[in-house]
Amino acid sequence: MKYIALIYAEDGSSPAPGEPEFDEYMQGYYGATKTFQETGVMLGGEALQDTSTATSIRIRNGKTETMDGPFAETKEKLGGYYLLDCKDLDQAIEMASLIPDAKYGTVELRPIMEIPDQP
Amino acid sequence: MNQTAPDIASAVSAIIRDDRGRLMAALIRSLGNFDLAEDALQDAAERALTHWARSGLPERPDAWLLQVARRSAIDRLRKTKRHKAAEPEVARLMEEDEADRAEETPEIPDERLRLIFTCCHPALEEKTRVALTLRTVGGLTTKEIAHAFLDKEAAMGQRLSRAKTKIAAAGIPFKVPERRDWDDRLNAVLSVIYLIFNEGWTAGPGEEPLRIGLCQEAIWLGRLLTSLAPNEPEIEGLLALMLLGHARHEARFDASGAMVPLDHQNRADWDQALIDDGLAVLDRAVARRLPGPFQIQAAISALHIQSERAETTDWPQILLLYNRLFALSPSPIVALNRAVALAETGALTCALRELKALESMLAEYQPYHATLADLARRDDDTETARHAYLSAIRLSQNPGEIAWLEERLATL
Repeated sequence: MKYIALIYAEDGSSPAPGEPEFDEYMQGYYGATKTFQETGVMLGGEALQDTSTATSIRIRNGKTETMDGPFAETKEKLGGYYLLDCKDLDQAIEMASLIPDAKYGTVELRPIMEIPDQP
Repeated sequence: MNQTAPDIASAVSAIIRDDRGRLMAALIRSLGNFDLAEDALQDAAERALTHWARSGLPERPDAWLLQVARRSAIDRLRKTKRHKAAEPEVARLMEEDEADRAEETPEIPDERLRLIFTCCHPALEEKTRVALTLRTVGGLTTKEIAHAFLDKEAAMGQRLSRAKTKIAAAGIPFKVPERRDWDDRLNAVLSVIYLIFNEGWTAGPGEEPLRIGLCQEAIWLGRLLTSLAPNEPEIEGLLALMLLGHARHEARFDASGAMVPLDHQNRADWDQALIDDGLAVLDRAVARRLPGPFQIQAAISALHIQSERAETTDWPQILLLYNRLFALSPSPIVALNRAVALAETGALTCALRELKALESMLAEYQPYHATLADLARRDDDTETARHAYLSAIRLSQNPGEIAWLEERLATL
């Protein structure tokens, strides 16, 4: 089953460059990615730029509205994701627990909806 | 055979009641789907009503139900899914069916341990775990569970149906957890069972009998778990704790329905058979030399129960056990109980000091105020005791408990 691990954290909750824990934090990400690859569950994953760079759009009455900022102003912001192909939720939980931001924020696991191919 | 329709109906419901968990577990294992398993078993039960009325009870009603349920699942799969997608699944089920038919007495493997772990998966909300366990493993109806938890039937039905959807969609596996996760996951199962027990425990006389029945249901689940996963001292610890608690069930309320606290209970009203059973289970657990929170709580309960009179209770030993329990699970509730033991060993001032340190954490917890009231009364601090009794009464849900507290308040 495919799962997306959405990584949420508050601004400033995880170690910043220059702070003593930052190296360990980054090593944690390298280590997690390596484990995902070696276990064969890794389908992809990226870190996102800060929500101050976000642009939201919506179409209303056929007109595209563009807005500065993220969809929702919440304290915990989406900062990155992994796309993982796991046996079941237990394995997905085991893998997601390796993501360093689980210690500082929250990792939300969402199963990917399987949509059958067009005939 | 010549059985009347009501006979057959009660035979079917008795078999479903006793075997539901085992049949559901076997069906879920082979179908990989809670909803389909439930519908298929329902179909089989309905078919049993007409079929058994005509030709009598089969030799192995459970095997009959399983086989009919599996065929009904095949039919349902053929109807609901696009034929192509269902083909491999249908083929596999038909093979299983063939294999079973070839056997004289088909073995139904007991898959209930998987079922329990799935129902108590931490990815489900706690109340959902409780409901799903009672429905799927225990075989209570949705209506019964709703009544037992003072909930609306429709809301309970939705909760169960959301849970089944999540299990399928989120890929919650139907399996016994791996060794690495075993302790955590077993704890989740034990807490669900203990929650069920406590829900029944808080029910007073005159309340919905189904609520009190939750105690027996929890004990039944505890016994089932000890048979499915033997040699686990914490399972035995929980079972012993529940048995020793339930042994005092009759003595907990007086004729007027007022609660009677442990030290005022008539010990002759305790159920000696349950006590013997509980103590034997606890002995087995302790012999494994892997202490845990449930075993310690059961040991504390055993010390209370083994004392001939309330006055001869071995409080120093109980205090030691609370110290160990607090080291394993340092919760304010354990600290509260420890303070009571401390007071009973004579250190009243010290106990009151420890109790007051817990106030901010337990401000909305009824037993905190009831305990404070009792200790303040012993310390001749009438003002504190009066306030605490009033808070305890305000926070109490149970009429029997309120009656007892009001009586105490009046005698200050």
